[in-house]
Amino acid sequence: MRSLSAILLLLLSCNAHAALNVFACEPEWAALTQELAGDKANIYTATGPLQDPHRVEARPSLIAKARRANLVVCTGAELEVAWLPVVLRESGNNEVQVGSTGYFEAVQFVKMLEVPSRLDRADGDVHAQGNPHIQTDPRNFLPVADALTKRLIHLDGANTNGYQQRLAAFNTKWSAAIAKWEQQAAPLKGASVLVQHQGFPYLTDWLKLKEIATLEPKPGMEPSAAYLSQILNTLQKQPAQMVLRAAYQGARPSAWIAQRAHLNVVELPYTVGGSTGANDLYGLFDDTIARLLKGLQ
Amino acid sequence: MLKELSTSAAIAAMLFQSASSFAANTGNLDNGFNPAFSLILSGTYGSVQRGPAIPATGFAMNPNPGHEQGFNLGESEMGISASIDPEYRGVATLALDPAGGISVENAFVQTTALGDGFNLKFGRFFSGLGYLNEQHAHAWDFVDQPLVYATFWGNQLGEDGVQLKWLAPAETFIELGGEIGRGRGFPGTDTVRNGIGAGVLFAHIGDDIGIEHSWRVGASLHQTKRVAAESTSVPDVNGSPVTDLFSGNSQTTGLDFVWKYSPDGNMRNSYFKLQGEYFSRKETGYLTYDTAGVNVNDTFSVTQSGFYLQSVYQFVPRWRAGLRCDRLAPGVAQVGALNAGNVISDYAFNPTRTSLMLDYSPSEFSRLRMQVANDRTRQGSPDKQFFLQYIMSLGAHGAHTY
Repeated sequence: MRSLSAILLLLLSCNAHAALNVFACEPEWAALTQELAGDKANIYTATGPLQDPHRVEARPSLIAKARRANLVVCTGAELEVAWLPVVLRESGNNEVQVGSTGYFEAVQFVKMLEVPSRLDRADGDVHAQGNPHIQTDPRNFLPVADALTKRLIHLDGANTNGYQQRLAAFNTKWSAAIAKWEQQAAPLKGASVLVQHQGFPYLTDWLKLKEIATLEPKPGMEPSAAYLSQILNTLQKQPAQMVLRAAYQGARPSAWIAQRAHLNVVELPYTVGGSTGANDLYGLFDDTIARLLKGLQ
Repeated sequence: MLKELSTSAAIAAMLFQSASSFAANTGNLDNGFNPAFSLILSGTYGSVQRGPAIPATGFAMNPNPGHEQGFNLGESEMGISASIDPEYRGVATLALDPAGGISVENAFVQTTALGDGFNLKFGRFFSGLGYLNEQHAHAWDFVDQPLVYATFWGNQLGEDGVQLKWLAPAETFIELGGEIGRGRGFPGTDTVRNGIGAGVLFAHIGDDIGIEHSWRVGASLHQTKRVAAESTSVPDVNGSPVTDLFSGNSQTTGLDFVWKYSPDGNMRNSYFKLQGEYFSRKETGYLTYDTAGVNVNDTFSVTQSGFYLQSVYQFVPRWRAGLRCDRLAPGVAQVGALNAGNVISDYAFNPTRTSLMLDYSPSEFSRLRMQVANDRTRQGSPDKQFFLQYIMSLGAHGAHTY
């Protein structure tokens, strides 16, 4: 036992001098932390771009990574409710439990959309705090970056100047990029779209797209043929120009409806790594806008 | 009865309170589910050709959970959990017996602030041994538990005691754990004395291989001193059922593994899961043969073992199919000279069973299942079994373990 605690102390003291260990729940937060912390953080990304973040399992590897984390950066709003509580509990790491300084939730710093007025599972897998897919609007990254930087400084005060410089640089570059994307996306204004999962309210809000219908009858439920036929009827009255699908979602429902209604399917990367073009945060939106514009043709 | 009624009233009050706080919190939902309250509703239809009360050959001194025939309301399970304060979290799971009455399945407190990889749990909990033992019935992949769990642990080993786990600060998941308790669940004999009734040690190692594969392997050791463990209807050499008593040491070792594969790591679309567990139990002590009759006491020792291997395949979203193979070995008992003419030492038969299941989950919160089994657990009495099952969960839906 004594030698065990000696090893433990050694490992802990090593950690104290090394960079921050960051456990990012989704790739977009890993990418943002990378922008803001540079080489001051070792970042582990818990979910891949082709995984449905609602349905990840509390795998042993995730628990082991959370055990060594100094900071956990997640979306929140119950997006990770199926796995993160177990990962944090089993990690035995008191620095990153909910409510401690090592636990960061992005949704707390943005204006949430689709906050349900009632909570009833008859409405499907609804999220009480609102729709958690905030990463599809680049404007949301500005307040999150600001809050995340404060948290990094709180945990690693020795590098305060570096974090502040990086944040300022990010803010300038990101704001310029948003202006560029908005200009590029001008033709998309008012375009009518179908969405496969209720996962794009922030994107449609940002680019002023008009959402006609959702292919999932209720959030989290697979579309049935009967329900898709109903949507076909809706489309006769209210035609749509394209159907949006996140890269991690199954292709069948959108392909089915696109074929019958002669629509373009637009597969969006949805997060960093979701397509070859989306290799970082900038690439994510460059590629998203390019794919949407192509969908208009 | 009175006690039961008051418990039900207390639970109803709790339910009401939870529901009303839920409603009041709509809009400001940080603690919309505090305490998190959940209810599992389940039921089965069972069709078996042979009497389910007959135990597997060679396992008359082990539990036999059996199967319910016809339409049957399964145990509805109620769960309440919440943080107690920044240091502790509390969990209670109550099983509502279809015949009336409530039993406490789990009621434990868990630390959240020990840090350094330590987790302490105390109260009533499912032991961390093996892989399946900690999983609640609603998370099982089949209608019933594998034979080795049914006969070695009475489906699941529940303990009243303390559990300490430590997770190593390593890249790979390496977890060590130990438990001490009163020996409440079989093979423990629920000791009513000072001291420790049973102890468990376990170790788990796990990791990912790329984003598509994940695995965990484990080893466990369970030790208890059995005191006057009574078994009724045990067949003897003449074939007549008698009541026997066993006292002595019981030591069980176990190995378990699970491997999961999912294309692109996307469990929602499709996945494949393969798991297996092996247990071997050595019991050494004294057996009293036929307590109601000749009542002869002499030495007795036996090593029983068993394993299962199962796979579950989600071939499209919502649909899963599964196959499970079970096998038990009753072992050859060393029977003291006084009982050599009474107690069967070698059954020369290995109980086996093959089960196939298909389930459909309209949403994350509901599941419908069909299962058929070819049961060859009782020598000379093969059985074809058929089951239908529904499992529905409402309220807060806690995260599942791996």
